[in-house]
Amino acid sequence: MENKTEYKPFEVDQHLTAHGNYWAGKAGSRFFTSLRDKKKLLGSPCKACNKVFWPPRSVCTFCFGELKDMVEIGPLGTVETFTLVTYSEPIQPRTAPFIYAVIRLDGADTGMAHFLDEVEIGKVHIGMRVQPVFAKDRKGNILDIQYFKPL
Amino acid sequence: MTERVAIVGVAQTRFAPKRSDVNYGEMAYEAISQVLKDTGLALPEDIDSAISCSHDIWDGQTISDIGITDVIGGHLRAEEKMAMDGSTAVFYGAVGILSGEYSCTLIMAHTKMSQTNRHIVNNVAFDPIYTRMLGFDFTSAAALQARRYMYKYGITREDAARVVVKNLANAKRNPCASQSGDFTVADVLSSPAVAPPLHKLDIAPDADGAVALILASEERARKITDKPVWILGIGTCYDAHYLGDRDLADTFALEKAAGRAYAMAGIKNPRRSVDLAEVGDEFSYQELLWLEGLGLCDRGEAGRFTASGATAIGGKLPVNPSGGLLSGVPANVAGLNRVAEAALQLRGEAGDRQVRGANIAVAQGHTGFCGQHQCVVVLGN
Repeated sequence: MENKTEYKPFEVDQHLTAHGNYWAGKAGSRFFTSLRDKKKLLGSPCKACNKVFWPPRSVCTFCFGELKDMVEIGPLGTVETFTLVTYSEPIQPRTAPFIYAVIRLDGADTGMAHFLDEVEIGKVHIGMRVQPVFAKDRKGNILDIQYFKPL
Repeated sequence: MTERVAIVGVAQTRFAPKRSDVNYGEMAYEAISQVLKDTGLALPEDIDSAISCSHDIWDGQTISDIGITDVIGGHLRAEEKMAMDGSTAVFYGAVGILSGEYSCTLIMAHTKMSQTNRHIVNNVAFDPIYTRMLGFDFTSAAALQARRYMYKYGITREDAARVVVKNLANAKRNPCASQSGDFTVADVLSSPAVAPPLHKLDIAPDADGAVALILASEERARKITDKPVWILGIGTCYDAHYLGDRDLADTFALEKAAGRAYAMAGIKNPRRSVDLAEVGDEFSYQELLWLEGLGLCDRGEAGRFTASGATAIGGKLPVNPSGGLLSGVPANVAGLNRVAEAALQLRGEAGDRQVRGANIAVAQGHTGFCGQHQCVVVLGN
């Protein structure tokens, strides 16, 4: 189907930039304020389902009941899976190579995907116990946790 | 109102790393004009609705119908846009015909992955409040899923590498394939590490291309072709968004989507009934994971099942005889290509990659990272 062209293919260059501000909502506002001001991590418990969710949310994933309470979770957690990213992209806040992990915080039933550092990739294993390293200058976003590191 | 919907025609462009000779509308028209020619149907009189499937962020403009309306026959007529995998466009097309609103629907999926950066595009699929600024993309997310699956079910990198070896060899028989060749398990294992356990050859490459497919009611289908391929069953299901919300090694959404599709098709035992499968192997391990989720082998058994040769062309259950996504099929087009390839097999028009005696085929597509949304289509002739 691809024909030999009788023209020189011409490319139109385009660059889109959009700055977004997202309201974090009822549960998210409390989560980020608590993280920034107290270095405490919050999750949303559903008493009906006996589950605690991270990220915190206002509606239970399972029973669709409204969730109003919040409980402290972590800060320690357990590695559920991990990878070493070898490529760099402008969307990444770190330069490769770096490690991503899904970490189940103590007291939560769902995991937090984040960075793992201060460990060689060969030493990382599923089940490894880890703790968060908080940023000194916290701005109220997920990078207020700089990364997790082994206990 | 019709009770059955058939695929009456299929056309695909060749998939290539970069199509600099055409814009995406012109590329889409290659597939559309071919499927109209094959079926003898004409725009606008014979087609009463159209569904285009692509993604604004991939296209770099909103909304991507901007360049599609004229080529798909959408001008002053019914045209919908689906920003999900192409398999789900088949779901919506079938629903529209079953409702009685339409009798003949043109479905077309297109993407030119060469026009932008896949990691930046896919990062936008992550929620903006908790996850996006960590820099995740579909490959790094898939690496987390691959590790978890291998850990929980004892799958090895070699097991996944055998999928690559099989699919790239199958792709040699597929004139549409973007990449193909004779590779060994050692070649896959020693290809550059991208996000271990995923290496370069474990990852479907960027590609440009389009697929067009025509659905019709039973009455229309009988007049259009003597080889209709019937949609016997179809099901979709969503899972949770966040990477930590689900055990990434499990396949609950796929099991439910498949359950619905099999029930609609009256299939009680898919292992006995299904003759071939085209599944969304965006990453090597996913062919294994989805085979288990589709109930075509036991949990944790897909590695051994593949190593036994069962999924080869000529095996007990050929899987991705086309070469699958690993041979280079664009995002969004992926699932429509799965359905199209399954339909070609059932029509006996799959050329050198033809599986003999296939009567029931399963096509599976997924949208979002780690297969968050699943769509399963059961086809029969």
